[in-house]
Order: sequence, then C-alpha cells, then structure tokens
Amino acid sequence: MAESAETHGATRANPAVALRGITKRFGSDDTVVVAVDDVSLDIADGEFFAMLGPSGCGKTTTLRMIAGLEFPTEGSLKIFGDEVGTLPPNKRPVNTVFQNYALFPHMTVLDNVSFGLRMQKVSKSDAAARARELIGLVRLSGMEHRKPAQLSGGQQQRVALARALVNRPKVLLLDEPLGALDLKLRQEMQGELKSLQRELGVSFVFVTHDQEEALTMSDRIAVMDDGRLLQVGSAEDLYERPVNRFVADFIGQTNLIEATVADGATIVLANGSKVAATTAHPAGAKVFMSLRPESITIGERGSAPAEFRADCLDGTVSEATYLGHAVDYHVSIDWIDLEVRTPAVVARKRYRPGDNVSVWWNRASNWLVAD
Amino acid sequence: MSTNAGITEPRGVTRGVLQGFSWLVYVFFYAPILVLIIFSFSDNRNVGVWGGFTTSWYSEFVTDQPLTTALGNSLRIAVVVTVVSVVLGTMAALALERFRFRGRQVFDALLYLPVIIPDVTMAVMLLLFFTQAAKWFGFSKGFATITLSHIAFNISFVSIVVRARLAGMDDNLEEAAMDLYASRWQAFRHVTLPFIMPGIAGGALLAMTLSLDDVVITQFVTGAGWSTLPVYVFSLIRKGVTPLINAVSVVMLVASMVLVALSLVVQRVRGGSPA
Ligand SMILES: Nc1ncnc2c1ncn2[C@@H]1O[C@H](COP(=O)(O)OP(=O)(O)OP(=O)(O)O)[C@@H](O)[C@H]1O
Ligand SMILES: [Mg+2]
Repeated sequence: MAESAETHGATRANPAVALRGITKRFGSDDTVVVAVDDVSLDIADGEFFAMLGPSGCGKTTTLRMIAGLEFPTEGSLKIFGDEVGTLPPNKRPVNTVFQNYALFPHMTVLDNVSFGLRMQKVSKSDAAARARELIGLVRLSGMEHRKPAQLSGGQQQRVALARALVNRPKVLLLDEPLGALDLKLRQEMQGELKSLQRELGVSFVFVTHDQEEALTMSDRIAVMDDGRLLQVGSAEDLYERPVNRFVADFIGQTNLIEATVADGATIVLANGSKVAATTAHPAGAKVFMSLRPESITIGERGSAPAEFRADCLDGTVSEATYLGHAVDYHVSIDWIDLEVRTPAVVARKRYRPGDNVSVWWNRASNWLVAD
Repeated sequence: MSTNAGITEPRGVTRGVLQGFSWLVYVFFYAPILVLIIFSFSDNRNVGVWGGFTTSWYSEFVTDQPLTTALGNSLRIAVVVTVVSVVLGTMAALALERFRFRGRQVFDALLYLPVIIPDVTMAVMLLLFFTQAAKWFGFSKGFATITLSHIAFNISFVSIVVRARLAGMDDNLEEAAMDLYASRWQAFRHVTLPFIMPGIAGGALLAMTLSLDDVVITQFVTGAGWSTLPVYVFSLIRKGVTPLINAVSVVMLVASMVLVALSLVVQRVRGGSPA
C-alpha cells in the first residue's frame, strides 16, 4: 500500500526536492479531480529520478508543481530546504524541458538558449557566450541562427535541453522529453542525457511512461497510479520487491497467482496446493504471489529436484514461442496459465504444446503482494 | 506545365476553363481601377470623356479647402481609432482566449455583434445613443462621436483577428518563458506579443481601412459642417461627378495599397513565421 504520510527514501540532510503531503485538486466542488493525492518524497542532490505511471496518474502535475507552474492545494514543497509552495516559476532555481519543447518560434536557436540568462539580466555578450557553450555541449554548433522550425525533432529537443541547462538549474525537470522521437534517436538521446546528467551532477527529474527508459536510466524511480505514489526505489527494488499488485504488474512481466496465507511459512493457492512463502503476511490474508517468467524452471513431469518439491506445480504446455534468445512457454495448470521463460540454450530440452511438465522456482524468487 | 504536378492539379479542358475564369475575375476586379486611374488624368469636366492628359485634378485636390479638411479629419480619426481599437481589441482577445471568467460566453457572443448587425442598424443605435448622451453631457457631434463609433465596431474586428492568431499559440510558450525567469509581463512582452504581432498588425490595418472607408455610420453620427473624406466625396457625387473625384479615389487607393504593403513588411520583420 502507499505509505502516504511517511517519507520515501530521505537520505540526505537537504534533499534537492522535498514533497510532504502534496495534494493537487482541479475544478470546483461538483467536478473535483484529484490529480495528485498526498504525495511525499525526497529527491536527492545529483540524483537521476524518474516518475513512472500510466496516463493520467499525475506525473505532469507533480512536475509542474515543482516547477511552479501549478500550486499545490495542500502540502509542503521544498527545494534545497526552502519552502517554495506558491513561489512563481521565475523565482525557482529549477528549469523545465517541456514535452513538446515549447521553443520560441520567432527566436533563433541562440536567442532561445540565451533567453533565461537575458531575463536574469546577464549582459548580452556574456549570455551569448554561455549560450554558445551550451549549444556546443548539445552538439548544435553552427545552427545558432536557425529558427526552431528549421530543425529536426531531435535537434529541437537538444535546443530545449540547452535552453534549460544554460541557467545552471539546481534541478532539471523533464516531461517525457524523448516521447516525440523515434526509437533509434530516443536510445541515442537516453545515453546522452544520462552522461550529461553525470557530468553536470544536477538532479534530473524525468517523467516517462516508458518503463524500460525509467529502469535503465534512473537511480531511483517513483511509481504513481491515480494520483497516489505507490513506491519509490531502485530498478531492482521495483522489479524484485514490488510493494503491491499494481507495481508488480506494471513493471515488467509477471505471473500473479491468487493465494491465501495459511501461516507464516505457507500459502495456499486456489487449487489447494501449498507452497512456501517467505514474505510475512498475516494468516488468512488474500495475497498475490508474483513470479517472474524467467525465475521459473520448466522440466519433465515429476523431475523437480527434492529441494523444490514445495515450490512446484504440474501442468501442460499450451504454447511455446521461440524468441531467439529465449523460449517463452505458456503452461496450463488446472486453474491458471503460467508464463515461463527459459534461455534458448541449444543443449536444453525444448517442450511442445501438449507436453506434460512440472514447473518450479526458487523460494526466494516468489514475492507476495497484497491486492 | 511541370511534370510533377500533383494529383489534384486540374488538366485539359477543366484547366483551360479555370484559367480563363481566373482571368475574367481579374479583369472584373482591375479594369474599373484602370479606368478610374486613366480618367483621373482626363482634361474634361465630364467623367468618362477623354479630353487629353492633365494632372490638374490632383493639384485641385491638394488646394481644395473642404476636401483637404475632410482628408485631415479622416486621417486624424483613423489614427486614433486604430490605436485605441488595437489596444482594446487585443486586450479583449487575450481575456477571452486566456481566462475563464463568469459571463465569458456572453461577452464572447456580444463581441461578434458589431460584425454581424447591419451598418444602418448600428448607425441608428449610435445616433440615438449620442443624441441622448449629448443631452446629458453636452458635447457636440463630430470628431468625438465618429471616433467613438468607429472604435465601437473596430474592437470586434481587431479582437477576431488577434484571437485567431492567439488560438494557434502553444500555451506552454508563456510557461516556458516564466520557467526561464521571465516575469508575467516579460513573458508577454518577449514571447506572446511577438507571436501575435502579425495578428495585431493585420487588425490595425483592418481597423484603419474600415475607419477610412466608413460612410454609413459616419454619416449618421457626424455633426453639421463636419465631414470625413468618403462622406464628403459621397456628397460631391450628388452634385455631379467630376474627374476630381477620380483623383481623390486614386489617392485613397494608393494610400490603401501602401498600408497593405507596410503591414506585410511589418509582419515579415517583426512577426516571423509561426511554428
Ligand atoms: N488543468 C487541469 N484541469 C483539470 N484537470 C486536470 C488539469 N491538469 C491535469 N488534470 C487531470 O489531472 C490528472 C493527472 O494529469 P497529469 O497531466 O498529471 O497526468 P500524467 O501522469 O502526466 O499523464 P500523461 O502520461 O498522459 O501525460 C488527469 O486526470 C488530468 O485529467
Ligand atoms: Mg503528462
């Protein structure tokens, strides 16, 4: 469940961004939308922090509140220890890369990039010099005098990045910055963003709904659903130790098997078979056992080694898909279908639909989550 | 004919007919203008009878006292009307496009009214209004009433043109400016204003043209012995047409063309191209 009131992962004395009980409601009495619901979290200085979640879960709204483009209805929002709740955006040491870039169409690349500095009354020549430096950093030298309309999507993206970074923000906010790019360019930019972030040591708060992007790029990830913060953690935390069914299901692929906790050590599956459990849940609780496809072993019926007998189910292969690097099996077990993925090692036996098999898993790799 | 003509490009007979028709339209538009220009140089009191080349009608225009007074009036009114209706019309456009306020839809609908209702209706309304107002506040009809009337309908035109431009503007642009340390005013000044400038320039041109052109409303709300150029020309025609009117018309035509050219230049220099 969402540990709403307490704080997730506060590690440093002065986090770059600290949200406490942040709630944002839109609309008036009869048509209230709770876009963000009681979110508390800390983002450390220098951290690459991703916000992940399905469409409409409140990622953009959270980001906009940090930027000052939206004010929280409730809660406290601090940037490096300073309360910024209702401070306008131009008074905050953060900058944003907008999803659609929002480049000023009537200005050249140079004017776009130096805009923030000019607004801060940096002299024209200093502003231009620093802007050129950043334009070089994002590898756009020579395009200073083009208008945004004369640039490709990837180039516009870089201008947006340079325009934000030229101000040396303490926190950079990015709202799905790679969403509009094609796959190849996106992968290229992922690498560039990551190395840029390391180089500058600035906190990046990165909104995405591409979980692979979030998992590979970030130090930590926040998973949101329906305005609530469900879990904050490293990619491993989220993948191996999801806090609830939603996170288990949302991150990667998994088999979710309904079960009831018998006692501290065993759970009873829907067909009555008992399997071992490691995570502690109160007796009688309805839970889901999450089993990643790749942590399940498939073998001939009854061939499970003795130590796995307590974590073993018998079934029939219903589907086998060869993926190149792996083979994906669907195994029917009376009341459920399990997905099993095994590395496609040539020497290993392959099974075909209709084969009677057993599947088993290492006790440590099952993970119980509440509904 | 180019070889890479698109699929929608007409061919054969259709093409011929369309081309011929286009030419006809141009002739229809521009032949009268050509005739007007030619006869403004005609040395004959009767319009339409060529009497040899002269520029005397133009010098008469420059020296004709009532005519130059009327022109002066027209220009003064047009300048004030343009400035005021551009400011108010732009503000109305910004308010309607950006803010959600009580009565916004009513205000929106009302703003279109002066564009829709017939000139004569508008003129009668304004006349009644000014007659009443004159009783209470005691001012004479003339410059003030004409200017106010022109402003009244030009606000609508300006705001429609500016709104069309604003509607095409990405909301994030102003937010991006404020995220980049611009104040609200600076965001407007450096981002929104340049973006809508082509609309404002277009609106200004429209307001100026409509003000310089207006006959019906002006005639209703003007005071005794007070005239604008088109109203005066109109009264001249009732006394009989001379090539002097042709000359005046040519001058007005050239002035309009200069205005259009100017506005195009302004848009190219200041406005830039939309994204
Ligand atoms: N200005 C607004 N007025 C009313 N409701 C809003 C407003 N902005 C956002 N919302 C609502 O708040 C919720 C969260 O929106 P938000 O834009 O934060 O989602 P998101 O996680 O960024 O989604 P996506 O991945 O689609 O961008 C949605 O239900 C949305 O409809
Ligand atoms: Mg969003």
